Amino acid sequence: MAKPDYLHFFLDPNRCIGCQSCMQACSECDTHRGESMIHLEYVNRAESVQTVPVVCMHCEQPTCAEVCPADAIKRTGDGVVQSARKPRCIACGNCVVACPFGVPELYEDRKIMMKCDMCYDRTSVGKKPMCATVCPSQALFFGTREQIEQLRPLSAPVNTFQFGSQTITTQVYVMVPRKLATVAPHLDVTAAMDVRPRSRAVSLKVVSTPAGGPATADADSDPFAGIEV
Amino acid sequence: MTGARLSTSIEPDRLVKTHCCFCGQQCGIQLKVRDNEVIGFEPWEEFPFNRGMLCPKGVKRYLQGSHPDRLTTALRRDTSSPSGFSSLPYSDAINRVAAEIGRIQQAHGAGAIGVLGGASLTTEKTYLLGKFARVCLKTPFIDYNGRLCMVSAGAANKKAFGIDRTTSPWSDMVGTDVIWVAGSNVAECSPITTNYIWQAREQGAKIIMQDPRITPAARTCDLYLPVKPGRDAAVFACVLQIMIERDWLDHAFIDAHTVGFEQVAEYCREWTLPRTAAETGVPERALMQAAEWWGTAKTSFLFHARGIEHHSNGVQNSLGTINLVLASGRIGKPKCGYGTIVGQANGQGGREHGQKCDQLPGLRDISNPEHRRYIAGVWGIDEPDLPGPGVDAYELFRKIDRGEIKGLLSICFNPKVSLPDNAFITRCLEKLEFFVAIDFFLNDTAWHADVVLPGSLQEEDEGTVTQVEGRIIKINKAVDCPGEAREDWRIIQDLAQALGRSHGFTFGSPHEIFEELRVASKGGVADYSGVTYEKITQHLGVFWPCYSQDPQTGAAIDDHPGTPRLFEAGSYNPVAKGSGPFYFPDGRARFNVAEYRPPVDDASDEYPIYLTTGRVVSQFLSGTQTRRIGPLVKQYAEPRIEMHPRLAAKLGIADGDWATAETRRGSITLKAQVVTTIRPDTIFIPYHWAGQKSANQLTVAAQDPISKIPQYKVCGCRLRKADAAPDYAAVLEPQQ
Repeated sequence: MAKPDYLHFFLDPNRCIGCQSCMQACSECDTHRGESMIHLEYVNRAESVQTVPVVCMHCEQPTCAEVCPADAIKRTGDGVVQSARKPRCIACGNCVVACPFGVPELYEDRKIMMKCDMCYDRTSVGKKPMCATVCPSQALFFGTREQIEQLRPLSAPVNTFQFGSQTITTQVYVMVPRKLATVAPHLDVTAAMDVRPRSRAVSLKVVSTPAGGPATADADSDPFAGIEV
Repeated sequence: MTGARLSTSIEPDRLVKTHCCFCGQQCGIQLKVRDNEVIGFEPWEEFPFNRGMLCPKGVKRYLQGSHPDRLTTALRRDTSSPSGFSSLPYSDAINRVAAEIGRIQQAHGAGAIGVLGGASLTTEKTYLLGKFARVCLKTPFIDYNGRLCMVSAGAANKKAFGIDRTTSPWSDMVGTDVIWVAGSNVAECSPITTNYIWQAREQGAKIIMQDPRITPAARTCDLYLPVKPGRDAAVFACVLQIMIERDWLDHAFIDAHTVGFEQVAEYCREWTLPRTAAETGVPERALMQAAEWWGTAKTSFLFHARGIEHHSNGVQNSLGTINLVLASGRIGKPKCGYGTIVGQANGQGGREHGQKCDQLPGLRDISNPEHRRYIAGVWGIDEPDLPGPGVDAYELFRKIDRGEIKGLLSICFNPKVSLPDNAFITRCLEKLEFFVAIDFFLNDTAWHADVVLPGSLQEEDEGTVTQVEGRIIKINKAVDCPGEAREDWRIIQDLAQALGRSHGFTFGSPHEIFEELRVASKGGVADYSGVTYEKITQHLGVFWPCYSQDPQTGAAIDDHPGTPRLFEAGSYNPVAKGSGPFYFPDGRARFNVAEYRPPVDDASDEYPIYLTTGRVVSQFLSGTQTRRIGPLVKQYAEPRIEMHPRLAAKLGIADGDWATAETRRGSITLKAQVVTTIRPDTIFIPYHWAGQKSANQLTVAAQDPISKIPQYKVCGCRLRKADAAPDYAAVLEPQQ
């Protein structure tokens, strides 16, 4: 059995509400008892409630596998990059350091690297991955390209990422605003690291006001700027 | 001990299709069961509301049943025991409770006993509890914890529409031009609703969020209204005023289907942009933008929750939103909805069938002679023997304080944590001559009980619940009650029998109770008479009203499909009798002047900061269940005081410091969480904890004059860096 090739994983951090439902559900899976293979972190809680869920992106040329001295990380024919194979993994942590997305984790107590394998036990028998099934905001979505296009006409899937000079193509798609996808088909991740998280993005384009105060606010404006303490 | 996580490698015997035990969304879920134990969950993707989606509470809810704190015997207060309690045989406990109730009623009258219920109970249980209070105990003094939740919205709905229910299924959100969310932290309190909002946004909807905090869903909304706590009615009045000035009104709808617009328009005139901006903290341009989007939309959905309802002005705030909906004419049509998000599992059904102090089954009015006669007939008693209206849950405690109520039976309610100014509640509990609690864990209130009867967890019984959309769903039993614990409805009936008044309390199953409830609700506004367990299962839920008899022709019908959307053009209801879609004799909706009043105990020189309270995503209500589920505790272990860095800097508080918040009622010392996502003049404390960590030590018991909801969402407070870590810091919360 394999993951059907018409089904894909789509990730939209813009939708994420940080509820950790994905982590709580992921930790239920028998193959990695009690541990969540999905990572969810605040970008900077002091400044924003923005959170980012990170699943394994399942690279077409997985860096983790390329740097593995024990050849413990295999990519299946359907494109899923598996967790480390127990007999081979030497827990050296090369993959942890090398993965551009920060996905693999080393479990010192078990002497093994474990990571998201797109719920292979579920996806290979026609089910959706657990995180994408429960995700209340559907920041994590599993389905066909037709479904995502019909459900999300304002967004477009991107699966090419630029890390400095390295370009990576992945099985997992990240949803970006459609208007951006046409001008920037790559996500430049290293460049994005310099952008500070926004407390919120808001566009206030007002046609006109009776009070005569036309206003177009700075998209990054602090909605609490005028409040005295 | 930490919530023992069960091995995931065990194969279940069976999967039980049921619903989550927590909030009012009532997500479908399948519980994995093996050997009379719930061992896990599997998403239920066919259930249409959530399609397999679950929040972290739903994912981990399966862990509660095997918790070592689960009560498996009756308990009596015993000062010689280290725990303060000792076990006693169930039948002895029942007899003791009956004897104490009998003694108190003989000495002080029937009304010396009070009953408190809860909206996490199935509708069958709430129906039985209401009947038990009035028919068996003959006391008018029953109320429920929906008093802290749904009553402002319910009162406003009845005043404006004549019926108290969300008007449209959530699917009506997708495809709308605008969604306005007023005072609802959907991402944390009703997470599944988030996907509906994001789906709508992808189809082009503009999202407006009104909240003093930038909640996770507000972060990316199209328009954020940073309202100062307690100022919502002014926002709505101003927006309506702009709509009137710009003529963004549906005159045809207003003329044909409403009354009272002129008085409302007259009131709104005073809410000019500059005045409203100054009073509410919402900038003029944001008010203008909201009015433009709302006023010019073709389709829309507006919903609100406790953020605007938990106020001494809660009914007016809710009416303010309804005025915006009625002025737009966007109701009773596809993609045109209005709703209020219920907090508890059965926040809707739990208020319809008789545990609310002023209502009888079917949303009937306990003061209406015709309604009383009908229900007395169903219950086989004489109408004069049916008690009249009682008092709200907080007033019930004031009656205890005054010595008028001397005995209390409480189920599914944790007032020691959940009621405002809870030092007063604790004093009242100690004043009682006799207090019996029915519970599955010993909740913080039950620690004061003389006798505790071991009741049932949600998965140990069956019954119906009516969720946020007005959809009646079926809870299915997964496991049996452990030990001497038993289903709550059996306990109530055992008490009736021990009191020697078992007539009307001999049901053999929840199904039998439901069959009587169908009859009792028939002809009422909340008509369930056409609902059957089979129909619910077959259709994955049925929206009330669902008739067994055509209200128009009187003909018997057995296939009524229910009513997903209220107020559709040409629809018939038993109140309007064809004169219009709304539930008043003339068929017209009511505009109500929704007057702004400043909060009671508002910020002042002495207490200059606004305190607001609410939830976090991994905890639920007073925490009786979620504080016992290890992975949920880990996610958010202890309350913190959320504050803006500018406020923190002024007071010399850094993130992670101990900070003390003080109000006129009490003080609390918690760690500071310094974030830019809250108004700098406001602090936020979540309310799920007990004792020294309870936010309700601080809140004010001011209540809305109509709904009697407490004003949890604002009071004046002061804040300082704590002198030292609190006593409790050295002692960990019992790790659950």
